[in-house]
Amino acid sequence: MSNPAMAALHTAARRDLGLACLLFALMALPPFVADTYILRLGTTMLMYAVLALSWNFIGGMAGYPSFATAAFFGLGAYAGGVAQKFGIGMWLAWGFAGLLALLFAAALGLALLRLRGHYFAIASLVVAEVLREIINSATDLTGGGMGLNLPLRTGQSVEQQADFFYWTMLGLAAVAMAATLAVQHGRLGFGLRCIQQNESAADMLGVNTTATKTSAFALSAVFTGIAGAIYASWVNYIEPPDVFDVLYSVKPIVMVLLGGAGSAFGPIIGAGVFLGLEEIVWRRFLEVHSGVLGLLIVLLVLFLPRGLAGIARRRARGHTP
Amino acid sequence: MTPLLELRAVSRRFGGLAAVNNVSLSVKAGEIIGLIGPNGAGKTTLVNVITGVHPASSGSVLFNGRDVTRCAPWQAARAGIGRTFQIVQPFPELTVVENVAAAALFAGGASSIRNARTQALEHLDFVGLGDFAERSASALTLAMRKRLELAKGLAMRPRLLLLDEVNAGLNSSEINQALELIQAIAARGITILIIEHLMKVVTSLCSRVVVLHHGELIAEGEPQSVMRDPKVIQAYLGKRYAAQTTGAPHG
Repeated sequence: MSNPAMAALHTAARRDLGLACLLFALMALPPFVADTYILRLGTTMLMYAVLALSWNFIGGMAGYPSFATAAFFGLGAYAGGVAQKFGIGMWLAWGFAGLLALLFAAALGLALLRLRGHYFAIASLVVAEVLREIINSATDLTGGGMGLNLPLRTGQSVEQQADFFYWTMLGLAAVAMAATLAVQHGRLGFGLRCIQQNESAADMLGVNTTATKTSAFALSAVFTGIAGAIYASWVNYIEPPDVFDVLYSVKPIVMVLLGGAGSAFGPIIGAGVFLGLEEIVWRRFLEVHSGVLGLLIVLLVLFLPRGLAGIARRRARGHTP
Repeated sequence: MTPLLELRAVSRRFGGLAAVNNVSLSVKAGEIIGLIGPNGAGKTTLVNVITGVHPASSGSVLFNGRDVTRCAPWQAARAGIGRTFQIVQPFPELTVVENVAAAALFAGGASSIRNARTQALEHLDFVGLGDFAERSASALTLAMRKRLELAKGLAMRPRLLLLDEVNAGLNSSEINQALELIQAIAARGITILIIEHLMKVVTSLCSRVVVLHHGELIAEGEPQSVMRDPKVIQAYLGKRYAAQTTGAPHG
């Protein structure tokens, strides 16, 4: 190490990796101690974490406000479901869902990522609606509005199933986290940060902006697609309004903003805090819970523009000029 | 010997406006060439045409014998055409060294981020910003940001560096420093095309000057003789003044 700047770079990567390992080790504990309610909540939390980590690639790192998460989630859910309907094994079906979402996002990205700002947001929002209509009308393949039943996992108790889906979501979240760290400390993440701050200047400095943005978009799709497929197997029954719900696009954005956009741990922190808020508010204010939740979100975003991770960062930088 | 940069009848139109009109120009390797002209003459547009930001509407741009007319900006950057901006454009939330490292990594062919940072620190030392490496780029003064632009330009390892008014807004001692810096860059064997309003800079740096007016190339030659050219005087100061001074030119 020839100078402190590089030492700092290296230390940062190692510190992040250590933190991630610790975090996931802690999150591996619940199946040993908790009941199925907690596990169900935990599985949902981990699914949210996957969606938030995924959105962070395109929305946080590249600064492109994508509303396509629901599209990738629903596509993955249906890809996994339909594949299993044709007798393909569950694991393979999940992999197929991820691959399809990846290819779909790469093709879509080449077209959509030419748009910037609000235009990109609106265009990405429409994608889920289009897919929903297609799947609604492809009744033979998908069951259309009747929904799609997935094979039940026989020979497992309720507790075993709860454990199983907790573990798989945890595994997926760990892979998404590893990908986040690899991207963030690598060439791709550097390019994305440049694009996020000034895309034309990045272009001028030799960043292949099209390829870089499309990679981020594809990364944001692949884990979301697999999460959708696991979700489908978990709940055994999916229908278009459920898996293409616009809330799947909105919630991850809120979580990332809550946790800290562009940071590695922000999305996970945000997912945890969001789920906690959702659960508490939902119990206390059954009638007006979405209103109260919305108000909380507005306040948090207003007063914590850099999210919860921003507080830590501000503390760490507090003494430097 | 093929010229390093060659423009063949390049035009760039925005709707009905020809911002650059039928410009032909060739730049030899190792030259420092000045590009001057009144405001709105099309100087920055010409730089944007060369770097692919606004590709030429007609004509062609050859760099090192290769046609780069249709290259995207990032391709031009990797091919060896570096530039600085008239309005400085750092990445505000990146540190100074990260700003330069980005250029080294994506255009300068650095093999890794660490390698890019090492190179970036060298370039920062060269332009005199070594002590500010870990500062946020948004915290720099204008003069420092201009030097940061130079460091970024250098980190791209260009064969040709396009400097767009790197001295605008600087005071005279800052300009003298900048002049030395540009000469040091040229001494490294980098060909420089400089857009400049300050005649002091042009005369002390450039071996050759080209003058743009209304998008057209109206004069070309040594700085002293170009500045006596009635067409140039007319472009800057108007017909009447040109008529008065022709025959009794101002130095």
